Amino acid sequence: MNYDNILNDKIQNIKPSGIRKFFDILEEMTDAISLGIGEPDFVTPWHIRDAGIYSLERGHTKYTSNAGMLQLRREISAYLERRFDLQYDYAGQILVTVGGSEAIDLALRVLVNPGDEVIVPTPSFVCYGPLAEIAGAVPRYLELKAENQFRLTPEELKAAITPKTKVLVLPFPSNPTGGTMDRRDLEAIAQVLRGTDIMVISDEIYAELTYGRRHVSLANLTDMYERTIVVNGFSKSHAMTGWRMGYVCAPKPIIAAMTKLHQFGIMSAPTTSQYAAVEAMRNGDPDIEHMREEYDSRRRYLVDSLNRIGLPCFEPKGAFYVFPDIRSTGLTSEEFCERFLLEEKVAVIPGSAFGPGGEGFVRACYAASMKDIAEAVARMDNFLTNLRRKQGREG
Amino acid sequence: MEKLLELLEQDCTVPAAALAAAAGISEEEAKTAVKQYEGDRTILGYQAIIDWDRVRKENVTALIEVNITPQSIDGFDRIAERIYQYDEVESMYLMSGSFDLTVIISGRTLREVARFVSERLAPIQGVTGTATHFILKKYKEKHLVFRPKDPEEREYIFV
Repeated sequence: MNYDNILNDKIQNIKPSGIRKFFDILEEMTDAISLGIGEPDFVTPWHIRDAGIYSLERGHTKYTSNAGMLQLRREISAYLERRFDLQYDYAGQILVTVGGSEAIDLALRVLVNPGDEVIVPTPSFVCYGPLAEIAGAVPRYLELKAENQFRLTPEELKAAITPKTKVLVLPFPSNPTGGTMDRRDLEAIAQVLRGTDIMVISDEIYAELTYGRRHVSLANLTDMYERTIVVNGFSKSHAMTGWRMGYVCAPKPIIAAMTKLHQFGIMSAPTTSQYAAVEAMRNGDPDIEHMREEYDSRRRYLVDSLNRIGLPCFEPKGAFYVFPDIRSTGLTSEEFCERFLLEEKVAVIPGSAFGPGGEGFVRACYAASMKDIAEAVARMDNFLTNLRRKQGREG
Repeated sequence: MEKLLELLEQDCTVPAAALAAAAGISEEEAKTAVKQYEGDRTILGYQAIIDWDRVRKENVTALIEVNITPQSIDGFDRIAERIYQYDEVESMYLMSGSFDLTVIISGRTLREVARFVSERLAPIQGVTGTATHFILKKYKEKHLVFRPKDPEEREYIFV
């Protein structure tokens, strides 16, 4: 059979990520250090794991309601109010999903018609464009600028809007740049959106990981609540990536449509994970603080070190990534990462993997032990020294 | 500076620059502080935590409850000193409750431990009784779990 004729065109047109080859090399290496994977290095706090185990002991092994357990939605509602001043009714405005990614997929599918445009600011996490395409939309990549610390400016947004624009993806705090949007930045964006019908998918999965400032959601702003779909989850805030627990909050008609789709594709998010998530919401705030403090220490060290060894790096205020500028090396971001991995056995990710605007930068994730980060910095220093020496000889 | 001590307690092998950044102070400040802490014995020393069961066939740790009768105005401390001066004593604490001292000793064999209790510890003047408990298995010490790493499935995904 010729499967090329069988497989759907849209899925065939989506190119696999070039990052795979780095991971293939990395998996074979023995003493490599990976700052490549965007995942907390913490294990889920024990009381949360225990709640999951206990639910199994009690025999809670059946489906839950499509939207997620009532007690979990209640807890999420209280949590959002407590942490971010966001008001969402547990009955009808919150849907528990399989990770934040499912929520993004659902949101795009229920919003777009064929040909609609989705503005995707980049560099950003890689899922938005492909998911928009599969939903039948046309992704419009909007290149964020290093000189703006990769924030979205109202001018950039205005220039990207066309009569076909249906959705704006707002991915802050940002993977891969660590950039954040404060209230003033968001107010400027809101100014552009007012009077339009553009919906915003606000991916706030890193909302708890902001440093020196509290995360503000676009939904906090006047008139923005009705057009904002807030995507969040437990993966980053509570180190629960493998539990696949996310949620999405929006005006009732949007959540109703998303639940319709979710009930056919997913039924309900994993029950064990939902029980664990209830515990995370009830008693997990101190865990969040503890992990944030740890990340913050590593962040300060890594940013200082990279700047010291000659890779300019703006101070990221969110997530757990730094995004240093490697243009002074004369290498492309992919060359840089490949050589760094082969010569020094440290994995970082080329900025080009995150879409337009990422070239010339690399992403290093500091959700790793301080010791590994320190060793990675030493190896980076070594790599740069060798590189400059070689380039000096050639030049 | 308490943060610096906490970080050192977690892992004293982290390079000074990283420690300093994590504690929010300069590298120079961190080095000076550490020197001072070492000098005034706030930092007593630096040791590795080793799972000896992975190295030696036999390795014995015992926790001994000791009851004592204070002899002089120096009270417990005087007797305590007579006990902890022995190299065999790994850790020792004054306790509240039904006994007075916890003495933890490590030896290569049961016989070594037994000999220490009967020949060294019990005869000390003021020691009125001992109860020796052998540690059968160590699960956790100083926040570190005695367990080999689970084999990890090294297949990375792009997130």
